[in-house]
Amino acid sequence: MSKGRFGVHGGQYMPETLMNAVIELEEAYEHYKNDPEFNAELTDLLNNYAGRPSRLYYADHMTKDLGGAKIYLKREDLNHTGAHKINNVLGQVLLAKKMGKTRVIAETGAGQHGVATATAAALMGLECEVFMGKEDTERQALNVYRMRLLGAKVHAVTSGTATLKDAVSEAMREWTSRVADTHYVIGSTMGPHPFPTIVRDFQAVISKEMKQQCLAAEGKLPDAVLACVGGGSNAIGSFYHFIEDKEVQLIGCEAAGRGVNTAETAATIATGREGIFHGMKSYFCQDEFGQIAPVYSISAGLDYPGIGPEHAMLYDTGRAQYVPVTDDEAVDAFEYLSRIEGIIPAIESAHAISYAMKLAPTMAKEQVIIITISGRGDKDCAAIARYRGEDIHE
Amino acid sequence: MNKIKSAFKNGKAFIPFITCGDPDLETTEQAVYAMKEAGADLIELGIPFSDPTAEGPVIQGANVRALAGGVTTDKIFDMVQRIRANTQIPMVFMTYANVVFSYGSERFIKRAAELGMDGIILPDLPYEEKEEFDPLCRQYEVALISLIAPTSEERIAMIAKEASGFVYCVSSLGVTGVRSGITTNVGAMVKKVKEVRDIPCAIGFGISTPEQAKTMAQYADGVIVGSAIVKLCAQHGKKCVPYVKEYVKSMKDAIRS
Repeated sequence: MSKGRFGVHGGQYMPETLMNAVIELEEAYEHYKNDPEFNAELTDLLNNYAGRPSRLYYADHMTKDLGGAKIYLKREDLNHTGAHKINNVLGQVLLAKKMGKTRVIAETGAGQHGVATATAAALMGLECEVFMGKEDTERQALNVYRMRLLGAKVHAVTSGTATLKDAVSEAMREWTSRVADTHYVIGSTMGPHPFPTIVRDFQAVISKEMKQQCLAAEGKLPDAVLACVGGGSNAIGSFYHFIEDKEVQLIGCEAAGRGVNTAETAATIATGREGIFHGMKSYFCQDEFGQIAPVYSISAGLDYPGIGPEHAMLYDTGRAQYVPVTDDEAVDAFEYLSRIEGIIPAIESAHAISYAMKLAPTMAKEQVIIITISGRGDKDCAAIARYRGEDIHE
Repeated sequence: MNKIKSAFKNGKAFIPFITCGDPDLETTEQAVYAMKEAGADLIELGIPFSDPTAEGPVIQGANVRALAGGVTTDKIFDMVQRIRANTQIPMVFMTYANVVFSYGSERFIKRAAELGMDGIILPDLPYEEKEEFDPLCRQYEVALISLIAPTSEERIAMIAKEASGFVYCVSSLGVTGVRSGITTNVGAMVKKVKEVRDIPCAIGFGISTPEQAKTMAQYADGVIVGSAIVKLCAQHGKKCVPYVKEYVKSMKDAIRS
């Protein structure tokens, strides 16, 4: 079995042109991950630039209203640039700089990862180009401006379905054409080895903090940790340090779009099957001949036809469970959290909140749920208003 | 066993690529016969994939049109069966790993072998992952073609040592498509292969004109052309066959002399 496997999943299904680049990346990462100077620099960036550690907030009103388990929110939305994406990006861009790369490229769905990459590139003085599906540049026009403001060049991708998967494909194509000076900052725990491991390690700071914060607040580990899953970076970051703690339920919330019984869904575990795509073996939404499905979700960040290989393994082994949440349910949760706690979550994160709203009332009052609020919802306000029939444009 | 060797017996080999089902499979079938008559030595049949990450805009477009037209792996197998009733020209599939894997790797490779396909090229399957399909390919005697790229450097010897059929030398960085110039030292790439093994080497990516083909043929045993042919199919649709034939003839003539 080749490198970078999570059970049968993972691997390095990449064009030969990129193989030396991923090998070089792996070697550099293996070196720097144990380098005290690198780690000190990264910690300094995470704490003093990105604002870590992020808060673990006790959602008192939500807890009382739902009448079951105590609910805590892991506030990744309070990070600089407004989402968990910055954790991974600071790590990868710092690594790219150490490797002598002068240019970074990235894909983005909702724009959060693109904004984070543009931010880190501006901070560390690297050239930055971001690939974003044309449909997403329209859904998230403000984020396009943010990236440009930060000095990045944004390419609107028109191939395929013009969404996140096509942005990934286009970024991979770009990387094959200019690989010597360029690092591809993959935004999720996906792609060829070593990316799923690198992204997971940089996002694992979420569960590391969560564990300490929960022990400090409750004197015990949580009973359940919930996070939304597209590729799965905030979820793997939220799960990682609990994987060995078998008593902690790990629940990934997938985007069901208009429902798992419709074609307009992005729920990979619920509707996909084993495949090989974007450098990895994992589960993908696809037809009987292996053509990748044109998935759909209201959330541009979860609108991806696959899931990271480590999640695929956690699903296979039963260590984590994955549940579908529809657009309607996510929008309800988006509005619910805004009103009850005064926190506007990203529509992606609202998928996890929605499932918590179902789960919490079934649990005992002394039990504890942590929901990762992966990002803030300002970017989604116009789209949700339109979803509710209001005529608002950015 | 394998007809690929014979493709390199007739001087420098000309290897055209065509996306199956663009504009339709009937046209693809006729184009195969025409390319053979025009002097093609080996034909690459592209099975379209929804997300062809190694392709430039021209072949991406062909994939989109073919899939929108309802082409499937099974319909392409049926077409190959019809073709094999008429010609034994060496043919290989070019597609992506998921097309094979999702069909059932053994089911796909066995069927391809039964139909008389001689090889498979999968641009998203590097040396490190070839175990996914190579044992089955060897079992059913379908060559799993290895690719080397301008960035491969010291990997070339390792790849060449275990290569089957021929070695596909990727001429340039980036994706498939017409280029004005090829700057890679492809001669050095081929030399590295030949130092390890005497296996045919064919150069592809970015070759479109007879002059380019002639230059590239000096360095290798064959020349592969895709986008330039796919472009003719896009331009002329169902009437593309004579244009493809004329083009293939001009390319074969250029490398013959």
